[in-house]
Parts: sequence; C-alpha cells; structure tokens
Amino acid sequence: MIVRISTEGQYDLPERFHAELNELDNRVVAAVEADSEDDYRESFAALLDFVRSNGTPVEDTDLRGSDLIIPPPDLTLAEAEQEFTGDGLLPD
Amino acid sequence: MAGTSGRFTTIIKAKISKLLDRAEDPGETLDYSYQKQLELLQNVKKGIAEVVTSKKRLQMQADKLEQQVVKLDTQARQALSAGKEDLARVALERKQLAQTELQSLDGQVKELEAEQQRLIESEQKLRTKIESFRTKKEVVKAQYSAAEARVQISEAATGVGEEMADVGLAMQRALDKTEDMKARANAVEELEAAGTFEDLTALGSGQDDIDRQLHELTSQSQVDDELARMKAELGSGSAPGELEEGTS
Repeated sequence: MIVRISTEGQYDLPERFHAELNELDNRVVAAVEADSEDDYRESFAALLDFVRSNGTPVEDTDLRGSDLIIPPPDLTLAEAEQEFTGDGLLPD
Repeated sequence: MAGTSGRFTTIIKAKISKLLDRAEDPGETLDYSYQKQLELLQNVKKGIAEVVTSKKRLQMQADKLEQQVVKLDTQARQALSAGKEDLARVALERKQLAQTELQSLDGQVKELEAEQQRLIESEQKLRTKIESFRTKKEVVKAQYSAAEARVQISEAATGVGEEMADVGLAMQRALDKTEDMKARANAVEELEAAGTFEDLTALGSGQDDIDRQLHELTSQSQVDDELARMKAELGSGSAPGELEEGTS
C-alpha cells in the first residue's frame, strides 16, 4: 500500500505491515483524545518511524495516489486535536 | 486498497479525496488546471523567497546579538578589574539574556533552512509528477481503449492532484512558521530598541526598569557562576561574600 507522510513524500509499505500500522495509528488517536503531549509526541514519532523504516520511498515519476495519508511530521498536539474536531489542516 | 485503517491517517486522506472529487473528470481537469499548476509552482517559488528573506533577517539579528555578547563580556571584565562588581553583574545578566536570544535565533535559522530545503524538494517532486502525467496521458491515449484510458488517466490525475494538495499544505505551513518567527524577531528588535542589549556606558544611574526586569529574566545562579569564574580568571583573589545562596 502507498502511504504518504504529508509534506514529506510517499512510501510503498508492504501489505503485511497494515495491522501494525493500524495499531500505531490507534495509539496516536488515543494520545490525542487523552490530550497527552508526551504520549502524542512519542506515538506519532513511532508511527512516522515505522513508515520510514519499513517502507520504500516512491519514485517521483510514480503517479499512484496514496491509500493512507499521515499528517505532517511537525503537527502539534493542538493541531491534531483540531484535526479531529474542527476543520483541521484542510478545510472540509 | 488498504481498507479501513486508523482514523489519524484517514482523516487527511478523506479531506484530500473530497477536494479531488470536486473535479469531475480529473483528466480534463488536469488539462484545464495546467495553468493552475504553473501558478502553484510560481507560488512555491514565492514562498521559498519569503522563507529566505525571513532567514536573512534572523541571521542579521543573530550577528548583531553575537557582537553584543562579546562586548558585554568585555565590559564585565573591565568592570570587575575596576572593582565594580555591581556593574559587572549587570553586564553578565545582559550577556546571558543576549545569549538566550541568540540560541533561539540560531535554532530558528536552522528550522527555516530546513523548510526552504523541503519546499525546494517539494517543488521539484511536483514538477516531475506533472511532467510524468503529461507523458503518461499521451501513451495511454495511444495504447488503450477510450474507456480504459479514461480510468488510467483519471487514476494518474488523482496522484498528481494529491501531490499538488500536499505541496500546497507544505507551503502554507512553512509560511505560517515564517510569520511566527517574524513576530518573534520583532519582539527581539523591541528589546534592542529598549536598550536591553546596549552597552553599559549608557547605564549611568544604575537600577532602572530594564535592570529590574533583567534581574527577573536571567538565571542568577548562572550569573553568579560566571562572575565567580571571571574573578578567578582575573585573579582578583577572595571569593565573593554575597554568594551565600549560591554556595549551598
């Protein structure tokens, strides 16, 4: 599957990593909902590292769209909370 | 497709898809929007220029502060040699504040440099994708049936559209950061205008408002340490008597 780290680029991540990725994603959501800065930083960094280390960067000439898009790595907790409640980074 | 994954990763995806869905025929839209793409590339260039300008301004401020740090250090030594410990302390307090500002400025300059680099890469990536799309479109049109070509081109257009949305987002974030740093730079300039980093020859009457604030802002124990170190260097002998708080 193609995973984009927003503002960074796309990675081709083998399908077998899907469950683990989902698990990491859920941890980020839980941290945001708990409004915990430390948990958020740690879990978001883990999610990004997972994609970067297990995926291979997609060629610039590759025109496939992403199956998943991860928010920008510099997303703050406040922005993440906004993402779940308000308009977030991209307006609806 | 990957099926339903966590909400975190899907929210932005959903929003981008929604943006792209508004385009009825992505292939046609891409033709029509080539103008838009060029505009976006132009905007990215402008964004990069703006980041560079902010960076230069911060660098100039950092240079000025660096000079102040050296100057205040010299003045502290001179004051101490002349036996004016109070004056030396004020100079060191100012030096410490200038150093703290300097560190933060250096960090910001580095951050802007990274933003600049990222934007340059994003622009390049988008340019490559747009060119690939144009090539692929012609190849697909020549080789596939109309219906199949439509599907293929539509898929590729979605990929390009996603990249465009992402570059737009990257640029918006970089410019937001630049704005924050401009505000910060203005604050430092105000401090300078208020004479916070001025040299001590202008000090004269001693404890003014700035000095009181400085006293609150700076870490006294660090100032004490530096004062003691300076005394030792200057070989002024006896340990300072008023350091009873710092000795425990």
